[in-house]
Amino acid sequence: MNPTIYARRKRVNRIGLTLSMMAMALGLFVLLWILFVLFKNGISAIDWAMFTESTPAPGSEGGGLANAIVGSFMMVLVTALVSTPIGIFAGVYLAEYGDESKTAELTRFVTDIMLSAPSIVLGLFVYAILVAQVKHFSGWAGSLALALIAIPVVVRTTENMLRLVPGSLREAAFALGAPRWKVATFVTLRAAKAGVMTGLLLALARISGETAPLLFTALNNQFFSWDMNAPMANLPVVIFQFAMSPYDNWVRLAWGGALLITLTVLVLNILARVFFREKVKV
Amino acid sequence: MPNSSSLPLKNAIEIRNLNFFYGTFKGLKNVNLDIAENKVTAFIGPSGCGKSTLLRTLNRMYSLYPGQRAEGQINFYGQNILDAKQDLNLLRARVGMVFQKPTPFPMSIYDNIAFGIRLYENLSRADMDERVEWALSKAAIWNEVKDKLGQSGLSLSGGQQQRLCIARSVAVKPSVILLDEPTSALDPISTAKVEELVSELKKDYTVAIVTHNMQQAARVSDFTAYMYLGELMEFGQTEQIFMKPARQETEDYITGRFG
Repeated sequence: MNPTIYARRKRVNRIGLTLSMMAMALGLFVLLWILFVLFKNGISAIDWAMFTESTPAPGSEGGGLANAIVGSFMMVLVTALVSTPIGIFAGVYLAEYGDESKTAELTRFVTDIMLSAPSIVLGLFVYAILVAQVKHFSGWAGSLALALIAIPVVVRTTENMLRLVPGSLREAAFALGAPRWKVATFVTLRAAKAGVMTGLLLALARISGETAPLLFTALNNQFFSWDMNAPMANLPVVIFQFAMSPYDNWVRLAWGGALLITLTVLVLNILARVFFREKVKV
Repeated sequence: MPNSSSLPLKNAIEIRNLNFFYGTFKGLKNVNLDIAENKVTAFIGPSGCGKSTLLRTLNRMYSLYPGQRAEGQINFYGQNILDAKQDLNLLRARVGMVFQKPTPFPMSIYDNIAFGIRLYENLSRADMDERVEWALSKAAIWNEVKDKLGQSGLSLSGGQQQRLCIARSVAVKPSVILLDEPTSALDPISTAKVEELVSELKKDYTVAIVTHNMQQAARVSDFTAYMYLGELMEFGQTEQIFMKPARQETEDYITGRFG
């Protein structure tokens, strides 16, 4: 063994380790800073009134985010109900049926483009084909724009998770004389269940913070409303409007809403991790 | 070349002039072979000799993969299964297969067995219970799992999982069972159990087994086929192949001088 080579290797190792530790510290520092500012400004806004009262009119006192919370919840719920079946069916098609066919290749290509499309473009698209046609903003339009973001995420995660299922399991099911659709639904999809659930939750986490696609679709609504056919209040757009306003109570509510979204996304991410961990244990 | 057709046996499968291609690579070269009913036929030979490939033509498993194709004839009780009109699902229900690595489905032990049965039969709850017990008993695992039928098949040990997979194949009552190195991932005790099982199975089924283990072939099979580089080098009664092989290459492989 050459001692100079060994010493050099140790030195390089130490430099590499230091650099990566610094990178990690920087990332962690920024993240904690964001969370700290968010908590400092937002925690005081989180009270009972935030969940029971609707957004206040300009100049009026108090108020809450009830209409925005309900609006966000409704639109995310509808998006989940729409994009889950579409995304999973398409993912199953890509992994179990399409393989290398032209249709599958094209679907994959389009999905990848959709994945990286700026969300504001999708919002504008829905504005052009739906809002501009019916001449009013609506919760449905908001959900549609969110679904356009969520579906590609669900499609690709479903496909990837199904591809992780060993081919031997698939062959074993075919070897019993099972038709392809039964192999896909009862064996491979079931084996990939935890991963697919994780993908769904991550897609929901992603869309619950999206602002741009809602700006020209759901717009906003000052009043409490369950009506998906009317303009609908939602947290991201309320935060966007209130944070830049001159009213103190609006700014305070914007911070509260921001903290609420962050916590929701955090919970969804933790749930996704728990699901995935359970899968690994099996 | 000694051939089983010289004996008063009924053939379950007759392979005639079989050639197999992975894209342009020829995996099997003009194979002719008879698999006798209610006997165990073993396929031995060095890695890559085509023994697994041959087994996978018998239930058309290769048809899952676009680049693979077979030419020639495989007559399964007189019907050429290489025919384009052959219904693959029906074929696979009659020619079962167990793989190298245990592949329990992600469901309960009971459902692992019931899955295959439900594909082709509509049984009452009581009849299904009976059939599941029958299949698990056939695979000599009933006593180990009878109190935990609701548990995941994945919770079993490797050896138990493999016997569960054998039970799953048996449950659909095929006429032929293909075993592709069924013990290569198992410990010696589990291996012994599976081997015992193979001898038991031939009473009701025709068995074809691929193995890397020469002693295993000698222990469990009635007929042995020695393959090399995609060709069937020698085929005959196991005793004859192991005691006085006709070809020098076969003897070299069996005695471990080669392979």
